[in-house]
Amino acid sequence: MSATTPQSGVARLAEAFAARRRPAALMPYVMGGFPTLADSLAIARACIEVGADVIELGVPYSDPLADGPVIQAAGARALAGGADLAGVLEVARAIAPEVPVVVMAYANMVLAPGAQRFLERLRIAGASGLIVPDLPLEESGRLRAIADALGIALVPLIAPTTPQRRLAQIAACARGFLYLVSVTGTTGERSLEELRYAELIAAARPHTQLPLALGFGIASAEHARAAVQAGAEGVVIGSRLVRAAEAAERPAEAVAEVLARIAEGLVR
Amino acid sequence: MAGTIEQRFGPYGGRYVPETLMPALQELEAAWSQARVDRSFQAQLSAQLSEFAGRPTPIYPARRLSEQLGWEVLLKREDLNHTGSHKLNNALGQVLLAQRMGKRRIIAETGAGQHGVATATACARCGLECVVYMGAEDVRRQRPNVQRMALLGARVVAVQAGARTLKEAVSAAIRDWVANVESTHYVIGSAVGPAPYPALVRDLQRVIGSEARAQVLERCGRLPGRVIACVGGGSNAIGIFSAFLEDAQVQLIGVEAGGEGLAGSRHGAPLTVRGRPGVLHGSLSAVLQDEEGQIREAHSVSAGLDYPGAGPEHAFLRDSGRARYVAVTDAQALAAFRKLCRLEGIIPALESAHALAWLADDAPPGELDLLCLSGRGDKDLAEVIALSEGAAGAAQGELEGR
Ligand SMILES: Cc1ncc(COP(=O)(O)O)c(C=O)c1O
Repeated sequence: MSATTPQSGVARLAEAFAARRRPAALMPYVMGGFPTLADSLAIARACIEVGADVIELGVPYSDPLADGPVIQAAGARALAGGADLAGVLEVARAIAPEVPVVVMAYANMVLAPGAQRFLERLRIAGASGLIVPDLPLEESGRLRAIADALGIALVPLIAPTTPQRRLAQIAACARGFLYLVSVTGTTGERSLEELRYAELIAAARPHTQLPLALGFGIASAEHARAAVQAGAEGVVIGSRLVRAAEAAERPAEAVAEVLARIAEGLVR
Repeated sequence: MAGTIEQRFGPYGGRYVPETLMPALQELEAAWSQARVDRSFQAQLSAQLSEFAGRPTPIYPARRLSEQLGWEVLLKREDLNHTGSHKLNNALGQVLLAQRMGKRRIIAETGAGQHGVATATACARCGLECVVYMGAEDVRRQRPNVQRMALLGARVVAVQAGARTLKEAVSAAIRDWVANVESTHYVIGSAVGPAPYPALVRDLQRVIGSEARAQVLERCGRLPGRVIACVGGGSNAIGIFSAFLEDAQVQLIGVEAGGEGLAGSRHGAPLTVRGRPGVLHGSLSAVLQDEEGQIREAHSVSAGLDYPGAGPEHAFLRDSGRARYVAVTDAQALAAFRKLCRLEGIIPALESAHALAWLADDAPPGELDLLCLSGRGDKDLAEVIALSEGAAGAAQGELEGR
């Protein structure tokens, strides 16, 4: 690679996890285009202010099978407001100089322009990683090969239902970090009792050196603290922030406030 | 039927689902690859199909229709199957399979309500809990089936997302499955979804084609020239087609929902319009979508065909040239619906009326055709009457100079 080539996404993510100031990296999810494109950029910037280590940026999709009602509705509203991939990647481009961005997009949006073109657009926007929640290990080989060539981390998900052998196979192909889905279910806020942090971390830890991030259902400082105690090296906060944005007159301020409170739980 | 279960049909099919579901799909695949060659399971299923569902269904020579067309037409009478459509063949098989797998809770989606009724029926028969997801718009236009499901002890959940039709009902069912996968089996209602569903549903619907092929041979001493079926997700079509795939001289015709016409976007004919393939509900196949890969809403007068996707095996049969896919409009289907009522004393489902409409309006002359009459039309009466009263009102208005 030439000297002007920007740092690879994989390296940027590794650095962000290594440089985190809390026991677990703070990883807010922002739905691109929600409530408006400008709001989603403002929300992302507010999250950076609060100290986000990585930003997960959702691309709104018509049929988000891994998402619960809050993110579903936000995606539908973003689409109705005219959000598209180009708009969401503008948000990525604006914040990527400050924080590594991991784009979350459903498989059909990746396949529509072709995996190569999709990933090139991500790279041009400065994104560091990609999560495709409906692309399991068996379907992801080609996409990962292209992502590797472009230096974009294809981050896989592990679920509570994933058996040990499969977990090992997925972990072996992971890039950037391993995303542990903390509930058997879609995205959405959950009571602490429903979450299986310790079990998941214990199952995944032997299979990878990569950071382990917990997501789905994390909605409070108590959740965050429990995640840290279970050994998580990152926490993804999604629906709770989207709900804050949905209800507020000033979405960015509302999200920042909720995120700051959750971040207080990231202590040992 | 031994051997492996297809994951892909050419490039189509696959498993594009959240990781949470992958182990369940592998478990289902393993269970079906055993059950479909297990004599005792097959004996149990065929006993149920005859004692409970009333199979075999007859083939019926539609004499007055044949006279009008000028060639012979045989109807495979899935409307006479218990619950009024072919859907019970699949629902019964999957519910028995779920029982064998130790699942206590069953979920399903439904469009026209026929698959929901079939699944509720099979669950009542087996004493299992049943939840059916149905788009709120379909709850409105297929009211009698909602009432039937309630009587059968199922809980019907009206889905309010999007266009509130079949696509959203499938999405809601998949999300339920993601959350309850350990206790629950998802009885998908058509030959769609992630592997192994398209092959599983085809295997269970193949009884339509196996019976019909033998019946036509016995009655006519030869095979039909064409086999015609409507295609929503494609389960009745793949069920009847699959028994004729090796008979190269038999043409296979799938009839999709042309809605308000293929020129616009208000239709449900992804195979016919041949757009770029896409992923919907876990498999890669023909799908209605925009440039960026957002799935488009379908439109059809018939709730069971109001779906922007189609089963992956159909996409494969289309590309290989083995089957041909065409579409007829809402208006054609409504006219064919009336025609069959008057000519043959059979009230067909609006879905099946699409296959009839192609035969009545668009088919080149044939010799001997076999058409899958996938269901009966009782569920559609209110909708058809409302639509024709609307049309009659408009015609009346014209006469009176309004
Ligand atoms: C009577 C009848 N025919 C056909 C269909 C379409 O489904 P498929 O294409 O899976 O046969 C339906 C769906 O609800 C139906 O009720």
